[in-house]
Amino acid sequence: MTGAPHLSLLGTTGLLFEAPGDTTLETQRRIWALARETERWASVREAVPGMNNLMLVFADPPRQLQAFKDRLLATWTAVEPLPYSGRCVDLPVSYGGEGGPHMADVVAHTGLSIDDIVALHAEPTYTVYALGSHPGYCYLGGMDARIATPRRKVPVLKIPGGAVSIGGSQTGVSASAGPSGWNTIGTTDMTFFDVSRTPPALLQPGDSIRFRPMRVLR
Amino acid sequence: MIEIVAGAALATVQDLGRVGALNLGVGVAGAMDPMALAAGNILLGNEEGAAAIEIPVFPFTVRFTEPTRFAVTGTDCAPALDGKAVPPWFACRAQAGQSLTLSVPGPSAWRATRAYLCVAGGIDVPVVLGSRSTQMRGAFGGHEGRPLQTGDLVPTHAADRAGPDVGLVPPVFDLPLDVDGVPAVRVLPAAEYDAFTPQAQASLWSCAWKITPQSDRYGFRLAGDELKPRVPLELRSHGIVPGVIQVPHGGQPIIQMRDAQPSGGYPKIGVVIEADLWRLGQAPPGSRIRFAPCTWDEALDAAAGNRRWLDKARRIAGLQHRAGEGGR
Repeated sequence: MTGAPHLSLLGTTGLLFEAPGDTTLETQRRIWALARETERWASVREAVPGMNNLMLVFADPPRQLQAFKDRLLATWTAVEPLPYSGRCVDLPVSYGGEGGPHMADVVAHTGLSIDDIVALHAEPTYTVYALGSHPGYCYLGGMDARIATPRRKVPVLKIPGGAVSIGGSQTGVSASAGPSGWNTIGTTDMTFFDVSRTPPALLQPGDSIRFRPMRVLR
Repeated sequence: MIEIVAGAALATVQDLGRVGALNLGVGVAGAMDPMALAAGNILLGNEEGAAAIEIPVFPFTVRFTEPTRFAVTGTDCAPALDGKAVPPWFACRAQAGQSLTLSVPGPSAWRATRAYLCVAGGIDVPVVLGSRSTQMRGAFGGHEGRPLQTGDLVPTHAADRAGPDVGLVPPVFDLPLDVDGVPAVRVLPAAEYDAFTPQAQASLWSCAWKITPQSDRYGFRLAGDELKPRVPLELRSHGIVPGVIQVPHGGQPIIQMRDAQPSGGYPKIGVVIEADLWRLGQAPPGSRIRFAPCTWDEALDAAAGNRRWLDKARRIAGLQHRAGEGGR
């Protein structure tokens, strides 16, 4: 471990723990382990992993804040990476065409062909690092840096649920319709979130996704 | 039941918010003014977190299909039952068929924008993931997962409980907070505070920030001094909460509110303390607000002050309840 974690307050509502170093699966597994430990603490209501970080929401903000921080840091030093690898879900994707309106922008930015972009995007198995943004949305690790494309200057007001998109060095699939600044390159029919299901979210941290090209519209 | 008769734009069912679903990517939602919601429920003998209708746009008219005890808290919107004025922040009784109209708030003794229509027993929509609050993204919770529409029949608990005439004075009178005559909220510095220039740090505390018209349950967009980081910042996605003051590249801050997404990546210069979110939730677009620095202990003392106010309200309502029962 290099460097020290950074702790900061989210007002009196919570505390943000940021691990040192790059976002790696090894560090993320320690984040999950830290979440599993801390969510049992009486003073913690929710422990919410992010990308290389953990938000703790207080059940009751501790008057002795330093003691809380000391305990958190000691726990971080002690936790072993959670060796969790969950199930893997295949997502059939239709790339390009109407369902992938920004494919041309990714082509323009990367200089790659549509076929190359699809091949690079569908090659890795992506691990779900965390859920956030909107119900059922997964933050994924493992995208090939060659297809990284900056977020759009003007966000799109509404992209549909199932939109497969690239934002900077990350990729993801929107779980419901909403605004987005990412580049949508394809679409899938998978339902990621359904409140009538138990659990409502299709995936949890540690699960993984493989994109399966069903169609490529050029 | 309550029938929505007119003017339901953006009115939603809310309780104190959703706990325990952040790990699913689900935000907290809940009342923008939790003190007004809790006070209305106290007046009716409800749990403090019973669900009510939050009304941000007026006029707004409902019809009660059965005898119902109700209280209107939050902004002073001149509530009228079949045209006859009833006091705000007061437990009232409607007969079956009577209509309640809430009007555009006029110049009032207190500054607020949202009203809460609370009913005895609470609004009886299904509990979804631990809450009755309306979750807009994903469309669940509340009444059919959406804002109310004219013609909706909103279920209430059949609670034909008797109750006394009792009222409360809005908490802003007991718990005033302003800086140099401008309404204020207290703020604790956040992770990237030190990454902003000294001028930006000074501006955060000295500027009378204008709440722009682009402000709603998702976030309050502010206008004022430009806040610049020392160097451009790139953050990894992390959990955020209502009250977080984000500074996008343009330098004009946005305060995340109850319907904000539960994670973000913009630099955070500070976070409004939880005890002052009710003040912020009632701040009108177009008005100005100041950020006041505070310590951790002061922030916790502020929360304790809110708790004391609610406990006092419950004593007042409880005493009245007993007096009312003794009189029958």
